Amino acid sequence: MKTFLKNNSKWQEFLLTARLLRQNPIAMAGVVILTIMTLLALCADFLAPFDPIRLSLSERLQAPGLSHWFGTDEMGRDILSRVMFGARISLRIGFIVILVSGGMGSIIGAVAGYYGGRVDNIIMRLMDVILSFPSLVLAMALAAAMGPSLNNAIMAVAFVMIPKFARMVRGDALAVKEMQFISAARISGAGNGWIIFNHILPNCLNSVIVLATLTLGDTILIAASLSFIGLGAQPPTPEWGAMISVGRKFLMDQWWYATFPGLFILVTVIGFNILGDALRDIMDPRIRR
Amino acid sequence: MRILQYILKRLIYMLPVLFGVTVMVFVISHAIPGDPAKMIAGPKASRQAVDNIRKQHGLDKPLPVQYLRFVSGLVKGDLGISIRNHRPVTHDLNDFFPATLELTLASIMICLGVGIPLGIISAVRRNHLTDHLTRIFSVFGVSMPVFWLGLMLLLLFYRNLGWLPGSGRLDIDFSPPVYVTGLYLIDTLLEGRIDKFFNVASHIVLPAFCLSYVYLAIVTRIVRSSMIEVLGQEFIITARANGVSEWMIVLKHAFKNSLIPTVTITGLSFGELLGGAILTETIFGWPGMGKYVVDSVNYLDFPAIMGFTLIVALVYVSINLFVDVLYAFLNPKITY
Repeated sequence: MKTFLKNNSKWQEFLLTARLLRQNPIAMAGVVILTIMTLLALCADFLAPFDPIRLSLSERLQAPGLSHWFGTDEMGRDILSRVMFGARISLRIGFIVILVSGGMGSIIGAVAGYYGGRVDNIIMRLMDVILSFPSLVLAMALAAAMGPSLNNAIMAVAFVMIPKFARMVRGDALAVKEMQFISAARISGAGNGWIIFNHILPNCLNSVIVLATLTLGDTILIAASLSFIGLGAQPPTPEWGAMISVGRKFLMDQWWYATFPGLFILVTVIGFNILGDALRDIMDPRIRR
Repeated sequence: MRILQYILKRLIYMLPVLFGVTVMVFVISHAIPGDPAKMIAGPKASRQAVDNIRKQHGLDKPLPVQYLRFVSGLVKGDLGISIRNHRPVTHDLNDFFPATLELTLASIMICLGVGIPLGIISAVRRNHLTDHLTRIFSVFGVSMPVFWLGLMLLLLFYRNLGWLPGSGRLDIDFSPPVYVTGLYLIDTLLEGRIDKFFNVASHIVLPAFCLSYVYLAIVTRIVRSSMIEVLGQEFIITARANGVSEWMIVLKHAFKNSLIPTVTITGLSFGELLGGAILTETIFGWPGMGKYVVDSVNYLDFPAIMGFTLIVALVYVSINLFVDVLYAFLNPKITY
C-alpha cells in the first residue's frame, strides 16, 4: 500500500510535468528538435543517403544539389550523411559526459552537503579550484595532456562539468537534510550512506534533471570546440566540430562545407537550452501550484 | 577601514585557491601524461634526448620535489621553454597578451553597452515584440558555437560584402603603432594617426562581436530578469504612487538595484571571454594568446599550453576578487 502511494504520487508528478510541458509551445519546439536529432542519430544507417566515410574523389567539393543536398567535401564524401552520423557522435558525447559528471558531481555534492563541516569545506574548495579555470581552457589543457582523442576529450569535458552539479546538489542537500524525514530515518537506524542514496539524492533529482538538460548544450559546444582545435574527434570521424575545422580551409570557395555542420550544432544546442529553460520554470515549485 | 579589512580577508581567502590552481596545473602537466619528459622533448626526440631532459628538468625526482621546483620557477616568472620556438613561454605570453586584452576589453564593452540597454528594454516592455525578439536573440547567443559564428561572419562581411577585413589587427600597408600600452586602438590615437586608428577599429569589429555574442546574450538575460524582479517590488510601486517619472524609476531606482547580478556576470564573463578568445583569435588570425595556444596545441607544445592555462586561471581568480571587492562598494548591506 505504502509503495503504491509513493509510486502513484511520483507518477502524478511526472504527468503534471508532461502536461505543463505540452502547454508550453517553446518547450515543445525543443522537444521536437531533440526528437528529430535523436532519430537522426539512431537511424543514421537507414536515413543517410551515402556512406559517411566512403571516398569518391570524382565528386569532390560539389555544391549542394539534387544528389548531394548539403554538397560534398574535399574527399567527395556526402556532407548530409556525415552530418547525420555526426548527430550520433555529438549526442553520445553529450550523454556520456552528463552521466559521468552528473553522477559524480551529485554524489560529491550530496556528501558535502550532508556531512557539512570539514568534509564540506575540503570538497567545495576542491570544486572552487576547478571553477578557477574557464571551462574551455581547463578542458583543453586536460585533453592536451592526455593526448588528442575523442575519449580523452570526453573525459576532460566530464571532469570540468563536475563542480556545476556538485555545487547545486550540495545546496539542495543542505536544505533536505534539515527535513524531518531525515531525522526519522536516522532515528530508525539508517546509516549515512543509505540516507544519502535513498533520501538526499532522490530529492535533488528534479534540479539535477534541469541542470543536466541545460548542461548538455554546453557540453556539446565544448566538445565540438575541442574537436575544432584538433583535440577531440580525429578525421575522418564525422564529428561536427572536426568537420568545421577542415571545412574552414575551404570557407572562401566552398561555403557549404563548414556551414551545415555548424548549423546542426546550433540547432541541437538550442533544443537543449529551450527545453532546459522550460523545465526549470515548470519544476519551480513556486510556479507549479 | 572595514572595507580595507574585507579586502585583506578576501586576499587571504585567495591564497588556498591560488595554491590549488598551481597544484592543478602541476598535476595536469606532470602527473597525467605517461611521460612528461617525452612531452617536453616532443614527439620526434631520441631516447637519449628524453633522458637528458628528464635529468635537466628534475623529472626523475619525487613529485613533491618537482612541485616545489615548479612553484619556485613560477615565482621567478619562469614558465618553461617553448618546444616550438625555444623561447621562454613567459616572453611569448607577454608579447601576445596586449592583443588578447584589447580584444576582450572591446568585447566587454559590447556586452555591457548593448546587453544592458537590451535587458532593460526587454524588462520594461515585457512580453511585447521587443522582449520576444531580445529573448530569441539571447537563446541563439547561448547556443552558438563561437568558432562557427566567426566563420559565418567572415563569409558574410569579408567574402560576400567586402565591408570588413578578414584577419589580423592592422592592414600590412600600415606599420604597427609605437608601443605604449600595447592596445593598438589607444596607441594609434597617441600617435595621432586617425587613419590608422580607423583601420585598427575595422579589424577589431568582427572578432570583438563574435567573442562578445555569447556573453552579450547572458548579460541581457541577467539584466532582464533582475530588472523584472526589482520592478515588481514595493518601493517601485511607492515611487510610482509618488509621481516619479517612469524613466526615473527604471534608470535610477530599478537599474541601480539590479547592478549586483550584472556585475557578477560581467566578472564571470570576462574570465570566460579569455577562454572564448582561443576560438575567436584562431578564426580571425588575431595575434593574441588564444591563437598562440592553439598553434601550440597543434605542435603539442606543453610548456606553452600549461603556461597559458595558468595565466588565464590567475587572471580569472583576480577578476573574481575584484568583483567581490566591488560588491562591498555597491551594496552596503554585505557584511564584511
